[in-house]
Amino acid sequence: MSLLKIDNLSLDIRRAAILRDVSLSVDPGQIVGVIGESGSGKSMTAFSVMQLLPEGARCTGAISLSGHDILSLSEAEMCKLRGNDVGMVFQEPMTALNPIRNIGDQVAETILIHEDVPKSEALARARDALNRVELPEDRFPLTRYPHELSGGQRQRVVIAMAIALRPSLLIADEPTTALDVTTQAQILDLLTRLVREDGMGMLMISHDLAVVADMADEIVIMQKGEVVERGPSPEIFGNLQHPYSISLLAASTHAPDRSVQSVDDPLLSVRDVVRTYTLPRKKLFAAPGVVEAVRGVSFDLKRGESLGLVGESGCGKSTLTRAILGLEEVQGGEILFDGDPVFTGHKANRDVRRRMQVVFQDPYGSFNPRHRVDRLVCEPFHLLDEPPKGAARDEAIAEALTSVGLTPEDRFKYIHEFSGGQRQRIAIARALMIKPELIILDEAVSALDVQVRAQILDLLADLSARFGLSYLFISHDLSVVRVITDRCLVMKSGEIVEQGATEQVFANPQHPYTRELIAAAPDLPDTAGAA
Amino acid sequence: MLRYTLTRLLSLAISLIVASVVIFLAIEILPGDPAAFMLGVNAQEDTLNALRDQLGLNGSLWERYASWVGGMLSGDFGTSYTYRTPVAEMIGERLWISLPLALYALALSTLIAFPAGIWAASKRGSAVDVTVMGVTQLGVAIPNFWFAMLMVVVFAINLRWFSAGGFPGWDEGFWISIKSLTLPAIALALPQASILARVMRSALLDTLSEDFVRTARAKGLSRRQALRRHALRNALIPVLTIIGLQFSFLLAGGIIIENVFYLPGLGRLIFQAISARDLIVVESVVMLLVFAVVIVNFAVEIAYALVDPRLRHRR
Amino acid sequence: MSDPRTDTLPPSGAPVRLWHLAFRSRNLVIGLALTLVFVIGALLSFLWTPYDITGLDIANKIKPPSARNLLGTDHFGRDILSMIMVGARTSIAVAVVAVGIGMVFGVPLGLWAAARKGSLLDEVIMRANDLVFAFPSLLIAILITAIFGPSAVNAIIAIGIFNIPVFARLTRSGALSLWQRDFILAARVAGKNSARISVEHILPNVTNLLIVQGTIQFSLGILAEAGLSYVGLGAQPPTPSWGRMLAESQTMISFAPHMALFPGLAILLTVLGLNLMGDGLRDLFDPKLQRSRT
Repeated sequence: MSLLKIDNLSLDIRRAAILRDVSLSVDPGQIVGVIGESGSGKSMTAFSVMQLLPEGARCTGAISLSGHDILSLSEAEMCKLRGNDVGMVFQEPMTALNPIRNIGDQVAETILIHEDVPKSEALARARDALNRVELPEDRFPLTRYPHELSGGQRQRVVIAMAIALRPSLLIADEPTTALDVTTQAQILDLLTRLVREDGMGMLMISHDLAVVADMADEIVIMQKGEVVERGPSPEIFGNLQHPYSISLLAASTHAPDRSVQSVDDPLLSVRDVVRTYTLPRKKLFAAPGVVEAVRGVSFDLKRGESLGLVGESGCGKSTLTRAILGLEEVQGGEILFDGDPVFTGHKANRDVRRRMQVVFQDPYGSFNPRHRVDRLVCEPFHLLDEPPKGAARDEAIAEALTSVGLTPEDRFKYIHEFSGGQRQRIAIARALMIKPELIILDEAVSALDVQVRAQILDLLADLSARFGLSYLFISHDLSVVRVITDRCLVMKSGEIVEQGATEQVFANPQHPYTRELIAAAPDLPDTAGAA
Repeated sequence: MLRYTLTRLLSLAISLIVASVVIFLAIEILPGDPAAFMLGVNAQEDTLNALRDQLGLNGSLWERYASWVGGMLSGDFGTSYTYRTPVAEMIGERLWISLPLALYALALSTLIAFPAGIWAASKRGSAVDVTVMGVTQLGVAIPNFWFAMLMVVVFAINLRWFSAGGFPGWDEGFWISIKSLTLPAIALALPQASILARVMRSALLDTLSEDFVRTARAKGLSRRQALRRHALRNALIPVLTIIGLQFSFLLAGGIIIENVFYLPGLGRLIFQAISARDLIVVESVVMLLVFAVVIVNFAVEIAYALVDPRLRHRR
Repeated sequence: MSDPRTDTLPPSGAPVRLWHLAFRSRNLVIGLALTLVFVIGALLSFLWTPYDITGLDIANKIKPPSARNLLGTDHFGRDILSMIMVGARTSIAVAVVAVGIGMVFGVPLGLWAAARKGSLLDEVIMRANDLVFAFPSLLIAILITAIFGPSAVNAIIAIGIFNIPVFARLTRSGALSLWQRDFILAARVAGKNSARISVEHILPNVTNLLIVQGTIQFSLGILAEAGLSYVGLGAQPPTPSWGRMLAESQTMISFAPHMALFPGLAILLTVLGLNLMGDGLRDLFDPKLQRSRT
């Protein structure tokens, strides 16, 4: 008998249909992966099981969990079930814990709420749960507060809370999306181990095919509130039926066609760059501490080349980007663009700046919501001594918008009228306005759904061929770097630990950290190629 | 925690120094010579000088500032120009009305606001919530001295439950004194309670929508348990800020309310002093009120750290 | 599921939809109506009032409300409705100028502090703000009147000074969250300096915050002016003012309660109207609430 059985579940929130006839089941000891893009209803399915839905939500159909008919239970009965029979892990570990209570209290609370035991016993069992999620007592006493822990460690605490009472079902809603790739691999291993040890069933929700493919026994693919495909993993990847799942898989492994002619002539040279920050004084009269965010980085980017820069959060890649863009002065070394320094006499060099542009990660935060598209894309004109006016300006706007696949009329709209993918196109149009030679792509496709991501990657490949652009492609996502770059650099703790031709680095990594990164990155099974 | 306390203490000291300089200079730029004012136009130059010496008006700006501050630190607030009695004595008597009044009002305001705000937030959108929001909307808009006048008409003139004003003195008995402070305290507390209840409600609603409250619900806590154990303490930080600010408003607001009820507190004193141009009294009362406000702010900041471990560990 | 980052800033444009929403907000409609009644009353008083308020009419003194004097007369026989209309001018003028002072000084200070976040300048501006903020506005007013003597202008200055840190803090905190956004980085990449970015990108995105706070400070200004006039530190005779009308009524409150009732109601309703309007505007500008309503 299934542990969790969802039958024809439909969900409306204030009369908007969120889920339509969703059916799935989880057996004890089984991991079921639910995959979908944003808005597919995958998270709402999980919250329906917990009955933690937003106000105005209405469920029809049936959900049964170890014999309980969830939809007919009262709120008080649901409270007894939550945390006891079913535990849940969330996406955002940074905000999932109460910042003003220590971790021991928070884990012990799961036990105290369901069992009538003395506080000391609950704390002892909380200690066991923390040990099980590999937070040993000597480094992580119960009195630690969440702000003293990293994101991965906080996620472990959340997991400890979820499994403290050994529930029969564990629901994980994008548990690793907010984490770095190596941390992600560790958390996924931990979850798999706990499921196997306790014989729990697990509902694993993710937007990332590869993450789920690695660990799930069964896969359910959702689109627009409906289940479009299901089957055992990894066999399902060789035999997808629904057009949506086929295109989803294709997009996940999509490699744009690129015709590269890089010239052996450095466009950007970074030489022994050091960037330090001063920390606030620890003591009133002590010397302030210094952090070296970038420690002696050197590399060249050739004209026409697409160069990747890979690293996890905090490795210094953002700091390096700012230095290259001339936004911050470096403390050592030099950055030359076509032989000219980007920073001269404590000021950014305008002549150099107008030859490079940047596209950021967040399609929602990259634009002033109060300006129209024409004003937004014209912002880089500020760098020109004689910016085009009147007809010439209109022509430039039309040309840039057309070249990224939008229409000239789009310039009269405001940014909120565009989707995430379209906004990223506008960001690229803004970068193209002053015909730069180098575009820095700072996690430019990381926030996009896979299908949109594939389209933007195609666009980037096309633009580089048409305009002879060079790219510095900064990303934490190895699979993207692999398909869009010619060479790549691997950065760790402010240093470049490895560089070389992309295929070579991936096929034959030299540095232990590169090896660790590549091993940690989730892969789609080989059968996926057959689709 | 020690470091946090010390930095707060340092900023407290700086605030006091800056405030004392500002107040001193403000009074200093006033035209007119208090000695001449006291002795009249026909005074002899040497009598004037003698009086100036006695009042500490001779000497450089710096000397006068130093003697003023030094005097206050040792409890000597100088001598009133008009009454020729020590200012410290005058303030001492009045303080025993103004301070209890402010504390009484603060207690009332907190006792009303907490349950109302929590109740409204936990039943968001219900009749209770709508009522609390409506009543507090009126409470925020009502001028407290007008509300005080209305209460006098109803409770003192018509119903005769309370006296219309005046203060018998603490020697006449504790409860009689408290009773005569009750209408003023209610008048002071009503607008503040309204503001506090609204802040409490919105702070609670904000924290209730935080991820960690959802985590708590996933553990099996009911809505009420999640509110009590997780949302309430987190919502306290903005609420504490408002309570701290309110104390200073209550102390100063007392100045107006004391006028409505003819209470011989600091407020009455300061108005008499202004009309008599008794500047040393004005100076001292204002400095005392600033001192009280700064101390309360310090207490609030220490309370923050007790609530929030992130502050305790910072710097 | 929308991106939470879009929640911090309201979308602009689409004025038609905003108007549509505005009329569905009960708070905004009631608040606007109340405020307009008093603004129109004040404006009308320049051209016409039911009775002349400068002349004395001792024969008709202290008359309760009647068909002749809708709100009764005071101890000099002046028509209270006319007095309230003229008094509205004082209240509104004092509050408007005080909010203006707060914005003119506070907003640039806040923008400047945010642009130099963490610097000594930021620290000095914010500490100075804290200090002014810690002084109750009434104390500032008392100090100022003690020095310069009581008058409406000094009341305006006192209330205005208190408004400066309010707007400076609000602007700074709004600006700080905007400075984190990528579109500011994009403007910096385009070579714009922080002053230009503050004016071009930050200011337009904090105007909603400023408008909402402006209505609230406006209502606080009216309350403060009434309080100061009541204790004789605000507008001086013969300028009519609601606060002084209340002060004059106090000795006669046992036999002429209408003299105290109507000026107080005028203050209450004006402040209520402004607060409702502020709440309504906040709802209107808040995209989270907007979404749940559409």
